[in-house]
Amino acid sequence: MSAVTDATVRSGEEFRVTRSRRNVAWTGIGALAIIVVFALFPYFVYSGTTAILVQAFIVLTVASMWNLLAGYAGLVSVGQQAFIGLGAYFVLILAMHSFSPFLALPIAAILAGVAALPLWWLVSRLRTGYFAIATWVLAVAIMLFIERFPSLGSGTGMPLPGFSGLSPTLLNAYTYWAALAVTVLALGAVYFLLRSKLGLVLTAVRDDEVAARSSGARVGMARMLVFVVAAVGCGAAGGVLAIEQLQVTPDGMFTVQWTAEMAFAVIIGGLGTIEGPIIGTIVYMVLQQTLQSYNAWYLIILGLVAIVVTLFARRGLWGLLDEKFNIRLFPVGYHLWAPGETRRKRGNGVTPAHGKASIGG
Amino acid sequence: MSERTGSGAPLLEVQDLVVHHGQLRALSGISLRVYPGDVYAIIGANGAGKSTLLRTIAGLHRPTGGSIGYEGRDVTRIRPEKRAMAGIVMVPEGRRLFPSLTLEENLKVGATYARKGPWTIERVYDTFPFMKDRRGQKTAQMSGGEQQQVAIGRALVANPRVLLLDELSLGLAPVIVQRIYGVLPQILASGVTVLLVEQDVSQALRVATHLQCLLEGHTTLEGRPSDVTAEQVEAAYFGMAGAASGHPGEGSER
Amino acid sequence: MAWVNAIIQGILTGGLYALFACGLSLMFGVMKVVNLAHGDLATIAGYVGIGVIAATHMPFLWSVPIVVLVMAALGYVLQRTMIQAALHRGELTTLIVTFGLSMVIENGLLQFFTANNRGLGVGQGIVTASFSIGSHIQIAWLLVIIFVLAVVVLLGLQYYLSSSKYGRLIRAVADDREAAQLSGADYRHVFGIAAAIAFGTVALAGVSYSMTTVIDPTTGTDTILLFAFAAVVIGGIGSLWGTLVGGIVLGVAQQIGAQVNISYEVLAGYVIFLVVLVIRPQGLTARRSQS
Repeated sequence: MSAVTDATVRSGEEFRVTRSRRNVAWTGIGALAIIVVFALFPYFVYSGTTAILVQAFIVLTVASMWNLLAGYAGLVSVGQQAFIGLGAYFVLILAMHSFSPFLALPIAAILAGVAALPLWWLVSRLRTGYFAIATWVLAVAIMLFIERFPSLGSGTGMPLPGFSGLSPTLLNAYTYWAALAVTVLALGAVYFLLRSKLGLVLTAVRDDEVAARSSGARVGMARMLVFVVAAVGCGAAGGVLAIEQLQVTPDGMFTVQWTAEMAFAVIIGGLGTIEGPIIGTIVYMVLQQTLQSYNAWYLIILGLVAIVVTLFARRGLWGLLDEKFNIRLFPVGYHLWAPGETRRKRGNGVTPAHGKASIGG
Repeated sequence: MSERTGSGAPLLEVQDLVVHHGQLRALSGISLRVYPGDVYAIIGANGAGKSTLLRTIAGLHRPTGGSIGYEGRDVTRIRPEKRAMAGIVMVPEGRRLFPSLTLEENLKVGATYARKGPWTIERVYDTFPFMKDRRGQKTAQMSGGEQQQVAIGRALVANPRVLLLDELSLGLAPVIVQRIYGVLPQILASGVTVLLVEQDVSQALRVATHLQCLLEGHTTLEGRPSDVTAEQVEAAYFGMAGAASGHPGEGSER
Repeated sequence: MAWVNAIIQGILTGGLYALFACGLSLMFGVMKVVNLAHGDLATIAGYVGIGVIAATHMPFLWSVPIVVLVMAALGYVLQRTMIQAALHRGELTTLIVTFGLSMVIENGLLQFFTANNRGLGVGQGIVTASFSIGSHIQIAWLLVIIFVLAVVVLLGLQYYLSSSKYGRLIRAVADDREAAQLSGADYRHVFGIAAAIAFGTVALAGVSYSMTTVIDPTTGTDTILLFAFAAVVIGGIGSLWGTLVGGIVLGVAQQIGAQVNISYEVLAGYVIFLVVLVIRPQGLTARRSQS
């Protein structure tokens, strides 16, 4: 006899659904504290370190976006570098028209999101695998198109104007804060997106698309929204990249290496969880820093580890940790309270981030 | 359940089979014995688990409990293609012909890993004469009845010892169904034993030597058609007479 | 007249692109796998060819079948191990595995061979030899040979798929994997055969390509994979001869673009790809719209 039949037999008692964690408040305070600490870094940390952190923030931002796309919307994009590049070039264009690059950053990100709309229309009908390559083709096509413009530096790129008058220290600090802000906003956006109705829709789609559609979920709109959000996020990251590099080059911005980095970081860290990209980025940065002089090696190792992880530890490093200790830093799940249940039992939780983190079963 | 006293060992023996679809339990401890020469029919309403049973015997589904024995060997964990090569061949529900292949190519695929035996493509053509002129046609353009016959033919050319027929009558007019079942004697005469799943109870009763009725994954009736009454079959088919679903097995024969 | 030259050049290049594309199309048609490492395998074949010739000094023509057979065998093994394991776990895993493979191969080649490009050095004679039609049209022999080779391969593939035992099995498994199992076919083995064919053809393409131009570690994706994909989409997903049609359209578009401005070449091809994607997503050869 199932619990459901029991409940309906006993009158007056009901099932309740609540958010899965009561300790959100603590996590919120903790997150705020961490952000404040990071924000203070430029005051007491070497600029070499903040530079590394800027790189890490860029990777974390794009990784979170890729995670949103692949882990929740079922969209495997191998072309997010298109938006990184667009974000960078939009900043360049605005800076060339006397905008401060820092001011241009949010505008460029939004422009990248706008550009995502026609691109979505082009590729949205394609099946998973072909969708992936199509996004790649788009990225290459956009890069080739941009290279046509001598005013943008053609194939060699251009330095980013708009920094005159800023001392190096201040420039580093502003760059760092911009990167931090973008990352915090990106993670925050993902978190709130997933806690919202959209998150529920996406999870339902991920688990069973047909059922989701037949229960009224607007799958196409949900996916498009995610695609646009990811474009904005990657565009912002691209803008930060441009500011950090002080120049914009087609090869640097549009290389498919970005996808490799963000995808592998997410896979290793844990697809379909918000914490996963954080862990994955840490792994990526550690690898990159230790193997610095062995140029192509860190990508080779990263790729190999990603292959092994996706085959044998599907939920990534965070998944392994979560299974052992049931930690959730960013609770987006729900808990089902059976009638009369006052203490939380494992196994009654339904979390969007658990469940099939792959598409096609 | 009535005891089977067969001469010799059963050709196919299923013991306490338990099968799950994800979390849902589709079969709860099903057992049956099929002897050479039998026409063993599994009947029951939609969702009773009949096709699941056949698919598990064919190897397309892995049971969570119980065992399947064939020719005295345990084949529970054997891959489906190996079972087909050993002589357990299924005609799947819905025909499942290869749409981009012609009629003859469908048969040829069936014959690729065939055992030695009396059935050849030519013999199939003799048994179903309409095929001779249509051998080069894509099967997608054929009628349901014709497709069903091609599907049977594809299984026959593999020279099975046990032929599994899953819902032959599905989507076909009764006249066509009878005509197709009319081929059964020839199949039996060639030494093939038949285990079939059929939603049309009267059709099953007409051809079966033994039958078992399933309801929500449990056996509710087993025996020879001559040993059971129509009322018993009806009760077994629907569960407790007049009651709403919810307590399967209670009140029916166990 | 330069335009006529360009168009002829484009048509002939289409043969090479068809050779790039038929393996990709086959793997997708049979096992629904988009092999993102498809192009990199061709690059490996090119490098292996170069290496074999450098090491053994054997006549170039002997190295081709060796490379093709080695790659085909590699295809079977990779399919039965990595790709099958990935297929089991879903489309995302398959994409990550093949993408990972692609990145590993490219960066591996980068690490061991540097970013310099290599040529197969078949001898100046073959590469530059050309013949003329009239006074304005010049056609390189090598391109014609490759085009003919592509057509021969496609014909062979078509014959194999339609008339041979394994060709039938491949089509059957592609139609309905379970039904094929019920007929005794081990679909994993059939997948392996299909992969072997795909790897073999793309290896042939890679070796041919490295004869016409120099290759570098990124050729696999920049050129081969993306062009192959564009050819498949333009011609029609699921159609073998469609890859030739798609390849030709792509080649011609590129050459016409190059006529307008040499740096427009690759972009022009992708523009046509996007146009086809918009107005006729099922491809040019498909009769009904397929999704």
